[in-house]
Amino acid sequence: MNKKIENLEDLERIKEEGLKSIYPDKTKIAVGTATCGLASGAEEILETITREVREKNLSMTVTRTGCLGFCQKEPLVDVLRPGWPRITYCEMTPERAKKMVNELAQGKLKREWILAKMEEEEFLIEGKIRKYLLNGLPEAIDEIPLYGDVPFYKKQMKIAMRNCGFIDPEKIDEYIGRGGYQSLYKILTQYQPDQVIEEIRKSGLRGRGGGGFLTGRKWYFCRQASGDKRYVICNADEGDPGAYMDRSVLEGDPHSILEGMIIGAYAIGAHEGYIYVRAEYPLAVKILKKAIGQAEEYGFLGSNIFGSGFDFSIQINRGGGAFVCGESTALMASIEGKVGEPRAKHIHTVESGLWERPTNLNNVETWANVPAIIARGSDWFSKIGTKESKGTKVFSLVGKISNTGLVEIPMGITLREIVYDIGGGIPGGKKFKAVQTGGPSGGCVPEKLIDLPVDFEELTRVGSMMGSGGMIVMDEDTCMVDVAKYFLSFLQDESCGKCTSCREGIKRMLQILTRITQGKGEEGDIELLEELSQVVADTSLCALGATAPNPVLTTIRYFRDEYEAHIKDKRCPAKVCRDLITYTIDEEKCTGCMRCLKECPQQAIVGERKRPHQILQEKCIKCGMCYEACRFDAVKVE
Amino acid sequence: MVKLTIDGQEVEVEEGLSVLEAASKIGIEIPTLCYHEALTPYGACRVCTVEIIRKGWSRLSAACTYPVQQGIEVKTNSEKVRKARKLILELLLARCPTVKPIQDLAKKMGVKKPRFQVDNEECILCGLCVRVCQELVGVSAIGFINRGTERQVTTPYQIHSDVCIGCGACATVCPTGAIKIEDDQNLRKIPLWHTELKRKRCKVCGNFFAPEVEVDFLKTKDLQLPQDLFEICPDCRRSELGNKLSRLKTTVPRNFLTKI
Amino acid sequence: MNLQAVDKIIDRYEAKSSALIGILQDIQEKYHYLPQEALSLTKKRLNIPLINILSVATFYNIFTLKPRGRHLINVCLGTACHVKGAGKILEKLERELGIKRSETTHDLRFSLETVRCLGCCSLAPVMRIDSDTYGNLRQDKAIKILKKYE
Repeated sequence: MNKKIENLEDLERIKEEGLKSIYPDKTKIAVGTATCGLASGAEEILETITREVREKNLSMTVTRTGCLGFCQKEPLVDVLRPGWPRITYCEMTPERAKKMVNELAQGKLKREWILAKMEEEEFLIEGKIRKYLLNGLPEAIDEIPLYGDVPFYKKQMKIAMRNCGFIDPEKIDEYIGRGGYQSLYKILTQYQPDQVIEEIRKSGLRGRGGGGFLTGRKWYFCRQASGDKRYVICNADEGDPGAYMDRSVLEGDPHSILEGMIIGAYAIGAHEGYIYVRAEYPLAVKILKKAIGQAEEYGFLGSNIFGSGFDFSIQINRGGGAFVCGESTALMASIEGKVGEPRAKHIHTVESGLWERPTNLNNVETWANVPAIIARGSDWFSKIGTKESKGTKVFSLVGKISNTGLVEIPMGITLREIVYDIGGGIPGGKKFKAVQTGGPSGGCVPEKLIDLPVDFEELTRVGSMMGSGGMIVMDEDTCMVDVAKYFLSFLQDESCGKCTSCREGIKRMLQILTRITQGKGEEGDIELLEELSQVVADTSLCALGATAPNPVLTTIRYFRDEYEAHIKDKRCPAKVCRDLITYTIDEEKCTGCMRCLKECPQQAIVGERKRPHQILQEKCIKCGMCYEACRFDAVKVE
Repeated sequence: MVKLTIDGQEVEVEEGLSVLEAASKIGIEIPTLCYHEALTPYGACRVCTVEIIRKGWSRLSAACTYPVQQGIEVKTNSEKVRKARKLILELLLARCPTVKPIQDLAKKMGVKKPRFQVDNEECILCGLCVRVCQELVGVSAIGFINRGTERQVTTPYQIHSDVCIGCGACATVCPTGAIKIEDDQNLRKIPLWHTELKRKRCKVCGNFFAPEVEVDFLKTKDLQLPQDLFEICPDCRRSELGNKLSRLKTTVPRNFLTKI
Repeated sequence: MNLQAVDKIIDRYEAKSSALIGILQDIQEKYHYLPQEALSLTKKRLNIPLINILSVATFYNIFTLKPRGRHLINVCLGTACHVKGAGKILEKLERELGIKRSETTHDLRFSLETVRCLGCCSLAPVMRIDSDTYGNLRQDKAIKILKKYE
């Protein structure tokens, strides 16, 4: 049966069906089953709910959905009951899920398990607000905070993540229901390629993968480049540890990327596209494959899209577990079937990239913004954000923060707002120390700079960078020398090894840092690190090597005192570096329960029942099992 | 044609040349390790680092892979360059402390003792052996495996190669002498490649010369040479030629010698 | 070794040399490692040097030339996980299983690898066993989870 969508009428018809699917006439329960949800047990919850609905013969639909962003509160379950606002249950368990279903059947809700309610939703593409029709509201509904009042969500603005958590990512109709593929229709029927490029250029959109290049400009150069064929690529390699923004969009709203790429391909004149997904994201690959199949069925991919005469197809390439393949030339080498060795970019990839043809590579989040910009206009987009950094950015807020998760915020919001208002501050009453941004290529921003507005320029100015959006919060228990060592260790593993500067330089820097963390630091080590940093940064062949020294340089810049404590005093102020700390038992607090004794893998703890225990330092390997096991806070780290 | 300035001297060269090649044309020698004029430039060793000033911006780059651009100013020996080159050589010396060419280059740059824990490698991973085997010889018997600090050059599964022809081109281009070829009676041994090849016996004098597989390989190339030439060792060929030449009554054409 | 499956995989990619990585991924999925015979066949059919195939096979982390255990444990060492003690989880697993990372237990039950990162940073520290992801780990919890896998 031909399901091809050939005109606006067809699209509108599917849109209506999509809306019915998103907002059915009966109760709908949507379980967040993106990777985070699954890792928290969402699959079992989904099964429990499905089973309960079936066994109790309830008239309810159960479905899957993507990431709503508040990962701290996973597993999340959304309930759409006609007459009610949208309710989001959080921190669900199979038992709670079962109870929730039964209460729902009786028109009741469990206030204590609910995160928020949503009385209206923004349909970003169409610029409309859809209000929930309210009648027959349950008790306690007033006690539930509005989504927009929850501190985590209050300052957020979703553009790239506009559909995540609101649709079933495996149902293309739902994507269309919320305005999907309307932008594609618009440009194929009303715009010339140059006009599309101009619109993106005017919007001020900059690459969201880390480079921050003006997207419109990049598209322009690619279009201008000479060549018989050109390509567009989506960089879904997301290698920065601590960053998972792209994964959520890939798993929660794959069509936003496809639509963005088709629009970009039309603008640039490419007929073949590639999505390079890292190996560690198997669910994203699965969902993308399905989405591509659906898009092909509807005729959004393939030949003569929307009857415009424009042909375009997309292929998925899986990565092989190499961070360096996030670098554009290494990524292209990988698509060509080779090792991911970067090449010097004296000639840009927009002129000579994949198979030496003009290639436009953009990050997942960049592509996801495109349909929104086309729909709402460059004016609208350029009013959001700061002078040089337009629009929003998705950040992964993780580490030592109360509210971990993904946040999409307009550029220009301060770090203080992110850490305290959205993030809820540091848990355990600990003191905020720094935020690491930009992954292994970035740097840390210390407490004294917390009022920094977050945008491309500001972050670079203080020695860090926006990067892909990873934001790792660190507190007083984080050792900054250890952090520098961690990043260098990561980069040493991931370096392709081709050039001397990166391969040998990083190795030696890591050796020095390791010595320092072992208490074997020497006078002059910091200066030697700085000297190595300069040469590695200046002479490396690619950006991996060139930015490798950044974590070291920023930690020296802002936390030199920690380095000096390690080197001069052989002391780790944060009590992290193994060789510089000792675990002891506070005899006054110890109850002699023997729990730590049993857990110790080295039998390094001695003591009898009801008598204070002791740790034999010669045997102790500082694994921390005793610290984790003790219920009386009797194990001390010095 | 592209006009650029190198160390204050203006030079005009064809487009497509590298800064290294352009410098060489005006007699400016930039030190290199992983560069060979017969092979594709690779840009691995970073020893040929120079300073490029373009549109007011200064940056360091490897001269062997940087294409000449109109109006750029190249400094091959500025303080920035010397500092960088010195540290790169220090890093290489720490990796290969016993390799003479590295010791010499390092000394020239003012490196005394490396400030790092020394290793004991001889290979600098320049890739010349890999490239010559792939690009000129065409058998790709060796290549890189692993990545980062584990990167090394070897044969498949690090055992005897069944495509190596024992030509020794890899040893010829190796800048550190890490590749050793041992001709031991009837065998040619290349320990680094775990490969031992039987040598061919000369039909005239009975001595062993090239590996059999190398001779077989050459036979497959259309060299337009008499078949019996492949059965005779180089010494005997020379004396054969000498005999032939002394019997000739006419002058030897210029290109006759190149055919042998 | 029956290499029909390998032939089929190569056919699916039309024996294009640019599809090498995809071909190797499918071979690895089928055999849980890259058998020598499979690589020799790939070399023949794609007409590329064997060392090129091995360069690729040893460059990318996901490939292994040695047979793996029945279950693959991937401990995430991403930044968020590191800051929340992933290193200790890895060491605990190494001690418990008697192997180091990139090794396989004697009884071929588990192979231990590390990865950076799995993209579940909010649930740090995280590990994945086969296709199951586990978050909010503690040393003892990690060991308990192992019991689920024969």
